[in-house]
Parts: sequence; C-alpha cells; structure tokens
Amino acid sequence: MRPKKILLVDDEAEFSSTLAERLTLRGFESDTAPDGESALVKIEEEEWGVAVVDLMMPGMGGLAALKRIKAMRPDLPVILLTGHGSTKEGMEGMSLGAFDYLIKPLAINELIEKIYEALAG
Amino acid sequence: MYKFAKTPSWLYLFKPPSEKSPAARYKKMRMNMVVITSIVTVLPLFFMFVVNSWQYYKSSKNESLASLQVLEDKTRHSIELFLEERLSTIRFISSAYSYEELEDPQKILRIFSVLRTELGGFIDIGLINDTGTMISYAGPYTLLGKDYGQQPSFQKAILKGQYISDVFMGYRAFPHIVLATHHINENGKGWIIRATIDTSSIDEIVRSMGLDSRSDAFLVNSDGIIQTKSLSHGKILEKCTINLPQSTDKTQTIEGVSSSGEDSIVAFTRVKNTDFTLVTVVPRKSLYKEWHSLKVDMLIVFLVSAFLIVITIFKISKILIHQVQVADSKRESAFRELQHSQKLSSIGRLAAGVAHEINNPLAIINEKAGLMGDLMEFEPEFKNKTKFMDLTSAITKSVERCRSITHRLLGFAKRIDVKIELLDINEVIKEVIGFVERETLYRKIDLQLELKQPIHLISSDHGQLQQVFLNILTNAINAVTDHGVISIETRSEEDGGASITIKDNGCGMNAETQKRIFDPFFSTKKELGTGLGLSITYGIIKKLGGEISVESKENEGSAFTIILPKEPLITEEEQ
Repeated sequence: MRPKKILLVDDEAEFSSTLAERLTLRGFESDTAPDGESALVKIEEEEWGVAVVDLMMPGMGGLAALKRIKAMRPDLPVILLTGHGSTKEGMEGMSLGAFDYLIKPLAINELIEKIYEALAG
Repeated sequence: MYKFAKTPSWLYLFKPPSEKSPAARYKKMRMNMVVITSIVTVLPLFFMFVVNSWQYYKSSKNESLASLQVLEDKTRHSIELFLEERLSTIRFISSAYSYEELEDPQKILRIFSVLRTELGGFIDIGLINDTGTMISYAGPYTLLGKDYGQQPSFQKAILKGQYISDVFMGYRAFPHIVLATHHINENGKGWIIRATIDTSSIDEIVRSMGLDSRSDAFLVNSDGIIQTKSLSHGKILEKCTINLPQSTDKTQTIEGVSSSGEDSIVAFTRVKNTDFTLVTVVPRKSLYKEWHSLKVDMLIVFLVSAFLIVITIFKISKILIHQVQVADSKRESAFRELQHSQKLSSIGRLAAGVAHEINNPLAIINEKAGLMGDLMEFEPEFKNKTKFMDLTSAITKSVERCRSITHRLLGFAKRIDVKIELLDINEVIKEVIGFVERETLYRKIDLQLELKQPIHLISSDHGQLQQVFLNILTNAINAVTDHGVISIETRSEEDGGASITIKDNGCGMNAETQKRIFDPFFSTKKELGTGLGLSITYGIIKKLGGEISVESKENEGSAFTIILPKEPLITEEEQ
C-alpha cells in the first residue's frame, strides 16, 4: 500500500486547493502544484502515493509532465484530468503510462475510487 | 474545392432550361436531344435515299426505254421481213412462170398449194391481165373474171411495180392484206400476180414480242386506222385512240396517257415499204417495274434504318439523361453536404470555444459546492444542515448537467474535424446514446445494449462515426412507437474490425423502400426529412472502408448492420 499522499497538479489554484481540502476531509494528505515544473520539484523531494495531473496547463502540459514523472518515478501512479469532452487525450496519456484518466468537472467519489485503486497498485 | 461539371449547353439548344421543375427540365432536355440527334442522323439518310432514288430512276428509265426501242425495232423488222418474203415470192412467181403457164388453172392451183405449205399465211392467189380482169385464180372464193381495173391494187401495182394494201375486210369478212406485183415479159406483155394474206400471221409476230398483259402492240396506217388486233386502243379498221405524230423509220417514243387511262409510254416506227406504223403501248408501271420494286426496297431500308436510329437515340438519350440526372443529384447532394458541414464546422468551433472556457469555472463550482457539502457532512452539528445539503447537492447536480452539455458540444465540434484515431466503438455508441437519452426516456423506449467487452479497437473517424450511429439511432427512434424496443449490439470481427447492429421493432420498410434508402433525396418522411441522412451515412461508411446493410420487414422492424475495418481505406493525407 502506497502512502495516502496525493499531489494535485493544476494551474487553476481555486480548483486544486478546494479539491485538496476535500481529500484532506477524507483522510488523505494532499498538496497542490500550479504547473508541471513545480510538480516535478515536489515529486523529486517527497514520496507521493498518487499524482493527479491536469492535461491543460500553461507551460509544460499535462502529457509532457506525465512523461517526465514517469521517467523520474516510474512506479508513481498518475491520474490524468481532462477538460475535453473527448477521451482521446486521456487514452493517449494511458498509452504513455498514466494509471487512468477522469473528465472535469469531477465526481468526487469516482476520483476517490480511482485513487484507492491506484494506491492498491 | 468542389468543381462541378456543367451540363452541356447544346442540350438546351431549343430552349433554355426552366428553373421550375427538374423533371420537366430533364424531359425537355431529352426531347431536344432526341430531336436534334434524329434530325442530324435521319436527314442525311433521307437525302441519300432521295438522290439515289433519282439516280436509279434516271438510269432505269433510260435502260427501259432503250430495251423498248430494241423490241420495237426487232418486231418491225420481223414484220418487214414477213411482208418482203411474201412479196419477193410473188415477184419470183411472176417472173419464173410465163403468162400461159400462169393461165393454166392446174398450174396456179399447184403454185398456191406450194405457197401455203412452204410459206403460210396466203389466202389466195390470182393472175390479172393488163386490162384488170382476173384470168386465173386459186383460193376459196369465186373471183375468176372479176374486174380489178379500177381498184387501187391494180393501178398502184402497174405504177410502182408492187403494192401492199391496207388491211380490209373485203368479201372475206376477216382482215387481210393484198400483195400485188406487176411483171412485163420480153414481148412487152404485162400481168399482175395478186395474192391476199391473212393478218393473223402479223398478229402472231406482234404477240411474239412477249409483252405483258397490260401492254399493247398493233399496226396503224398513215390515217391512224388500226390494222391488226389491239387490246385497248380500238377495233380493226377503226380510228386509233392515240393521236400519233408522223412516224419515221427511226423508233420514237412519247410519254403520255393512253386510251385505257393509264399513264403509258408509246413507241412507234414506220414499217418500211408500207403505209403501216408499228405502235407499242406499255404502261409506265410495267416498264419501270424494276425501278418500282427497287424504290420500295430502298424505302423499306430507309424506313427501317430511320426507325432503328430513332429507337436507338431514344434509348441512348434515356441512359444519358439518367446519368446527367444522377450526376446532378450527386452534385447537389455533395453541395448540400458541403454547405451543411461548413455550417456545422463554424457552429462547432464556436461551441468548442465556449465549452472549454466554461469547463474550468464549472470544475471550480463543482469542487466548491462539493467542499461545502463535505464540510457539512463531516461536521455533526450544523444549523440548517439538511437545507444546506440539499442546496449543495442541487448545485452539483446542475454542474453535472452543464458537464454533459459541454461534453456534447465538444463531441459535436469534434465531429467536424475529420481525423482518424484509435477508437472503442462501444464508447462512441455510449456518447451517441447520450444525445438521444432524453427522448428514449420520455417515450419509454426500451434501449437494450449488448456491447461486446472488450471489443477490437479500430482506427476510424470519431466524429463521422458518431454522426453515422446518431443517424441510424434517430431513424430507429422515429420508426418505433412509444414503449418500442431498440437493441444495439457490437461485435469484434475476425479480421480485427468491429461491427454494430442497430435493430428496432418499428414500422419497417417494404422491398422498394429498402432498395432506395441510401439514394440521395429519397425520404419517406416527405417534407420532414431531407432524404440525405442515410445517403451521408452510406458515404461516410464507404469512405471509412466499411459496409452498411439493412434487413427489414414491413411492420416488423429494421436492422442496420455496419461493419468497420481495422484500418480505414483512406490515409491521413487524403482527408
């Protein structure tokens, strides 16, 4: 069982901080990163259970971040968030090694379920 | 860009196409085509027929007239020979025998019998002395001692040495001709041998011309009195019904109406050393018999050819116009499709922009409301907890609705951008069902899904497939009644492709409709449908390298099956 530590990577701070709080209420330890670069720093420094990464971000996009994370920590499960109505980029992410993808806006229970699946390995 | 083939302008030669009715326009176009082509093909044929006919007529006429002249000459010659032979025989008798010998009744009788057996045609023969009295006679009548002194036969024979009379009846009451020759011996004594011959021998010569039953040939004298039997131009010794110009030794022909009322050709020529003219009357029709039959043959050939040409033109024009019609309708449908997709494309881009922009704030609202709910849920004592919980749950539900709307908008936008990608058709089907869910719920339609899991992933166009499934599903929903059943089944194909069957228990189609459903502009919904849905569907499936088929029974339902290949036929560059 991986640590219940979740890193939320999203440029929309309002979104990520609120989500972090909700996860905390559910017994998770969580932190946020506003972009790919800072997320990589946090992953470098600490041990995380799951990374939840938004695909649409300024600077380094979600897919690029995913590649870097996977290169750095191949065992860290990454759940992608996509704002698109399509499953295409999510599927592309999965082919790059993402654990799964979810579509924004999220259903919290779905996310929790996926996180548990990811933590269980 | 589309470049449309223009309908050739010559098809509109007679009248420019009217815009009101396409059916009338095609009919007009076809009529113009038939008329113009018929004229340019049949007219030269007709001219050829006329020119040829005229040429044949001329040569045939010349040939017929020449052969008629040859016949006339031959017959005249035969008559001349016949008369000359008999005259020279009489001449020979008058010089070979002495007056005393000829005076002897036994002798003349013997001469007469030899003449009858050897030459034929003789009726009698007699010796007339220089005062005109019949001295001796052999023949059936009693003419001995008869005085011929005043008769033209006697006087002309003395004057010219020989004489051939006109035909006359005389005592004998049948037509005959008198031949007379005058002889003077070395003592200066003169006598005449007078013989009569039967004209039936001349009739025989005329008959031997071999004329057909409608033609006539006979002799007339210089006064136009008929001398031998005529079929239709008068009796013997009566005036001939045809007025002939002066005859010569050379055969002449005149064209005109004969006494029998028939348009005929008359050939005539004078018999030498006589007062007779041989007249041959041949109806134009018999003379130009060959020409007439040739003309009829040519006319038949012309008419049959013209008929075949016109029939062929009719058939070909039908095929051509049908092709023009098909090309036109294809062009029109392509044009509409283009217009439609352009319209959708711009709406799609707008929708995608809006959806993207809305999605993020929506996610924030969702999380904030969610957190509010969480806080209340995890806080045991909270004033108005239930009320607030209802409020936050109402917010999250609304966000959920907005989410499905933005997803749909984005899905719609994606349909416009043609792109080949790896697809799970089960997902595509689920997305499409999202579009029609409300209606199926409202109408209580039982939507049964039998989706094969996992199914082969295929490379295809997401948006186009959405459109295809949506089209067929919408048709199925329209076909069933409320509480109807629609089943969607997906399968993996052996070759790596996938197939989908969408089946309904609706009104179904008859065989005729089934045959035409993929035709552009064919619609059973009258003004409610464009008749394009299934034709576009068909076009898309074909473009993606797939197959679409339908099985249907009236009042039992329809089943559309689409088989999609693992890879589409088109390459990414071609799109």
